[in-house]
Amino acid sequence: MHMSDALLSPAVGVTFWAGTLGTIAYCSKKMKENLDEKMIPLMGVTGAFIFAAQMVNFTIPGTGSSGHLGGGMILAIILGPYAAFIVMASVLTMQALFFADGGLLALGCNIWNLGIYPCFIGYPLIYKPIVQKGMSPKRILVASLLSVFVGLQLGAFSVVLETLFSGRSELPFITFILLMQPIHLAIGVVEGFITAGVINFVKASRPELLESIAETKVLSPEIKVRKIVLAFLVIAIITGGIVSWFASSNPDGLEWSIERVYGKPELPQHETGIAALLKTIQERTAFLPDYTFKKKETSKEQETPGKEQMASAKGQEAPGNDVNAWPNVEAGTSVSGILGSVMMFSLIFLIGYGIKAIKKKGAKRRNGISHPAR
Amino acid sequence: MTHHIIDFKDVFFRYPDGTEALKGVSFRITHGESIGLVGANGAGKSTLLLQMNGYLLPSSGFINIGDLELTKKTRQDIRKKVGVVFQNPDDQLFMPTVYEDVAFGPLNLGMSAERVIDRVNSSLQTVGCLDLREKPPHHLSGGQKRAVAIATVLAMEPDILVMDEPSSDLDPKSRRYLMRLLKGFKHTKIIASHDLDFILEVCERCLVIKDGRIVADGTVSDILTNQSLLEENNLELPLSLQKTHIMDASAKGGLLPDPSHLHADSINRETGMATAASETCGVMEGTLK
Amino acid sequence: MDFDKEYFNLGVLDTLSYKNTLIHRLDARTKVIATFAFIVTVVSFPKYEIAGLIPFFLFPAVIFSLGDIPFWFILKKVLVVSVFAVFIGIFNPLFDTHVMYDFLGIPVSGGWVSFFSILLKFFLTMCSALLLISTTSFPGICHALRKLGIPEIFISQLLFLYRYIFVLMEETLRMVRARDLRSFGKRGQGMSIFINLIGTLFIKTIERAERIYHAMLSRGFSGTIHFVKRDSLRKGDFLCLSITGVVLYIFRTYGIVSLIGRQAERMF
Repeated sequence: MHMSDALLSPAVGVTFWAGTLGTIAYCSKKMKENLDEKMIPLMGVTGAFIFAAQMVNFTIPGTGSSGHLGGGMILAIILGPYAAFIVMASVLTMQALFFADGGLLALGCNIWNLGIYPCFIGYPLIYKPIVQKGMSPKRILVASLLSVFVGLQLGAFSVVLETLFSGRSELPFITFILLMQPIHLAIGVVEGFITAGVINFVKASRPELLESIAETKVLSPEIKVRKIVLAFLVIAIITGGIVSWFASSNPDGLEWSIERVYGKPELPQHETGIAALLKTIQERTAFLPDYTFKKKETSKEQETPGKEQMASAKGQEAPGNDVNAWPNVEAGTSVSGILGSVMMFSLIFLIGYGIKAIKKKGAKRRNGISHPAR
Repeated sequence: MTHHIIDFKDVFFRYPDGTEALKGVSFRITHGESIGLVGANGAGKSTLLLQMNGYLLPSSGFINIGDLELTKKTRQDIRKKVGVVFQNPDDQLFMPTVYEDVAFGPLNLGMSAERVIDRVNSSLQTVGCLDLREKPPHHLSGGQKRAVAIATVLAMEPDILVMDEPSSDLDPKSRRYLMRLLKGFKHTKIIASHDLDFILEVCERCLVIKDGRIVADGTVSDILTNQSLLEENNLELPLSLQKTHIMDASAKGGLLPDPSHLHADSINRETGMATAASETCGVMEGTLK
Repeated sequence: MDFDKEYFNLGVLDTLSYKNTLIHRLDARTKVIATFAFIVTVVSFPKYEIAGLIPFFLFPAVIFSLGDIPFWFILKKVLVVSVFAVFIGIFNPLFDTHVMYDFLGIPVSGGWVSFFSILLKFFLTMCSALLLISTTSFPGICHALRKLGIPEIFISQLLFLYRYIFVLMEETLRMVRARDLRSFGKRGQGMSIFINLIGTLFIKTIERAERIYHAMLSRGFSGTIHFVKRDSLRKGDFLCLSITGVVLYIFRTYGIVSLIGRQAERMF
């Protein structure tokens, strides 16, 4: 499943973009070092193939529902990890633009979720070792099923984490997991069969093609497990650092999410410490003009006392009242809010139609000059 | 003049899977000649063309193009002299815009930016597609693609022009335009085609290839009027020469020829697709005794 | 999702991107940067924000009208892809039930507020992505990315992909149609047929790659693709970027809607 912009926070989005761009740069460098020129057109058309193949539906036996191809694993097997990642990234980029699949900020997350795991975990750590001992159709099937399964589970888990850390969704961690992982288990089985099916098909009908590509592949050395673990560690540290920095703008939100994970009504001691520190940082860096803050305070006073009671009854600070959060202009509580919204929309409509009308007039005038009496 | 001569001396070629596609091909083409290359599917036409710019190298025998003998080392230079226009323009137009496609060759030759612009403009002008400069290839019609593909090759200013089925998929108007265009070129031309009328119009000399060997080499008027020779090669008289026969046949209540005469088309190994052009020609009202 | 329809939509957007309006003439880099800035700003609003998002509709409104983009076409596409966001977002009202506001007498829970916020953000971000591709040709975007520092291997991958998508989709379409015309109901559309279909397609793809490679070699290709350097930044681009930046900042920091609302209140 694709991550969506609307569920993302800038921190998470930018972080994953950094990771994705870094990986793209890494793969590009690797390919440049030992590139067989044949790869360039091959990668291009294979990408187009995956793109087109993803749009073909098929019925899943037993359920009757229609399924679609993902393709990350097929790419990794045929082209090798570095090329496959680049191809996958390019396909997702086109889809994000032409089909609005997820969004442009979420694209960084999606390339990561759907590219990293098949290419740098599924293929080198699972598929290749199994298949190295022999390439019988059975082995290929098992290898495909396992590598696809792992890849998809990790991808789905990443979506959950990304959503959680963005703090826009209320879905609790456990519920989300229980939703995502089983679905992707089913998808994984189907995709595994299809992956194996396609590989075996090509092997059976035109084995020489696979061989010629195998020579072309960037000599993917045995990707050391150590290197991968190290890379992930680095990424985790960076992510943690950036997320907490940006979370300074919404400490309550982050605490709240963490709380949901832990299920504790109170935050552990050290977490409160961090929250307090982050709050001070945020206050120093905030650039809110006074007028908005004052407004916030007055509205807070106007809030019905019942709400406070409810909040204290639940034993937690109602997250909605995070006054110190980043520019939080209130929604349509009061009449002014509603009136303002309506007027804003009207204004925007007027501007839009106004521009169109002016353009039409201009076009008419131009046509009038170029086409005299007809 | 030894310039611009193509010389095939006893060329053999065997594919990695063992297929012997060329079994001793020899011929000589001199500067300015326009040659038609005809033969049944699977006879070796495409393999022969692939040797022309060194994509494939002969298993044995010699190929001389210009003053160079074709080897792995010389083929880059030979490609500057020999321009190949492929059967499928989509294979040849691989850049995002027409301009970039036509500029691809000159840029690879290392020309300066201004010279590249000049080359691109003049090539597009020659084929009549200057106004298509900024268009992406998938916005072009079949005929336009074909013309632009030719422009991409012309931009390298080759001495020899090799074309594989240039008139396939063209509507009559575009085909007519292409004929006129090619007749105006001073290059040495080698055109492989099933469109015998096209060859009749554009070429002076004709090579017939069968089972990897040249079985006939003569003027277009000699070869393309030789009905038995043509039919031995899954071909027939150019339609423009058949007209009288057709009129006679229909007057006598003509019948379709016995289909068992037509061989099943062997899957053309090089292109991976069976071209059905000769089939469609053959099924029309044929010649009768 | 119907293959035919998707292919058609792809073509429509692609054709739109080659129009010639004020927006289309802007340098691709301007539009890419502006779009990203827009999306990040919109997404930076906290989860209960609604009013603050409203002024941002000005951006799509202006681009729709200046760029001559058909509104309903884009709207339909946005609706089609809203499934995942709505599916996740709809859990908000279920889990977040504390009452946040009193909307003319009706208590509104925080969950609904955040859900609505998600919808607004969704609409704004999706629109901006589609508007980017409708007003900038894909090769234009690729060249912009190249100038902004993305590695060339990735750029040529994007360009090749774009070039051959239409060719591949044409081929696939023919095969899919052939399959569908010979299948009845669900029979004939099963997995093994699918595997055969894309297996064949894949083989054709590899063969095509060989031919393209040959074509490239024939025109002197020796490893790197030389890009035609064209500089197209103009005054209009800098102006546009600055205005965008300023407006985004103002909208993000000041509560325009409340401001207008209170003025209106005072007047009545």
